[in-house]
Amino acid sequence: MKVLELSQKLGYKILTEDPAPLEKEVTGVYTCDLLSHAMAKINQGDVWITVHTNLNVIAVASLTDCACVIIPEEIEVEEQTLIRAKEKGVAILSSSISAAKLCYEITDSIRELQ
Amino acid sequence: MGGVVVRQYDIPANDFTVAGEASSNVRKILSQLGVSPDIVKRTSIAMYEAEINAVIHGNGGQALVEIDTDKIYIRISDQGPGIADLELAMQEGYSTAPDSIREMGFGAGMGLSNIKKHADQLKIDTEIDKGTTVNITVFFKPQTGV
Ligand SMILES: Nc1ncnc2c1ncn2[C@@H]1O[C@H](COP(=O)(O)OP(=O)(O)OP(=O)(O)O)[C@@H](O)[C@H]1O
Ligand SMILES: [Mg+2]
Repeated sequence: MKVLELSQKLGYKILTEDPAPLEKEVTGVYTCDLLSHAMAKINQGDVWITVHTNLNVIAVASLTDCACVIIPEEIEVEEQTLIRAKEKGVAILSSSISAAKLCYEITDSIRELQ
Repeated sequence: MGGVVVRQYDIPANDFTVAGEASSNVRKILSQLGVSPDIVKRTSIAMYEAEINAVIHGNGGQALVEIDTDKIYIRISDQGPGIADLELAMQEGYSTAPDSIREMGFGAGMGLSNIKKHADQLKIDTEIDKGTTVNITVFFKPQTGV
């Protein structure tokens, strides 16, 4: 399942216009708001759910090759973060539900395809 | 790839608009040189953690990167406060990061152990009130006989 398909299926809002990163394959999900911890644990292809919206999120997302970043509970994302995301080819999605619920429904969607 | 690629970067203190840019740039160079994705990831994570530590804890510093045919050497140095107890600092969970830094998501106390985990060789030289130098080496092929 690609990031674009995931967002369409579960109704997540895409905050980054660039289409290329939306083609990345989603293979897992991970959530943690401690950046160094996330850095150590995110696998390539994971959707990373975090409440942080600062520039450092883009660095962690791009260094770990995660599929995309999802910001839960409609937390607003700073404009400079979206600009940096575009530069680094990182897709940022947004949802109204909590990180816990996101983990549940994304894991469910990945399982369905297996 | 022939010859050694050498790069130097300035790491400004407490400036999060550019923090991580040196690592990001090195990641790009390694990818372009055709280094395997796994090695690129290990190298850039190790460098990023050292770079961020220089930004947050070391009042900024400098990065020197030498990419050889078989390995990459990274030296991140700062002239900051130094680390009083390196063994303690290396432990997962130990952090002196202030609240303002924790609010951004740093301060798990995992940076140094991440570097250790991802580097093939790690040497940290530190002296109180003089500064800290983190030396990281990653080999492009598995080392035999080590
Ligand atoms: N360059 C440095 N100069 C001075 N002190 C440092 C430096 N690097 C690390 N330290 C000290 O070592 C501690 C542990 O560093 P480490 O990178 O493991 O964790 P952290 O930076 O506090 O949090 P995290 O990396 O998880 O965001 C720091 O909190 C700080 O006290
Ligand atoms: Mg750190």
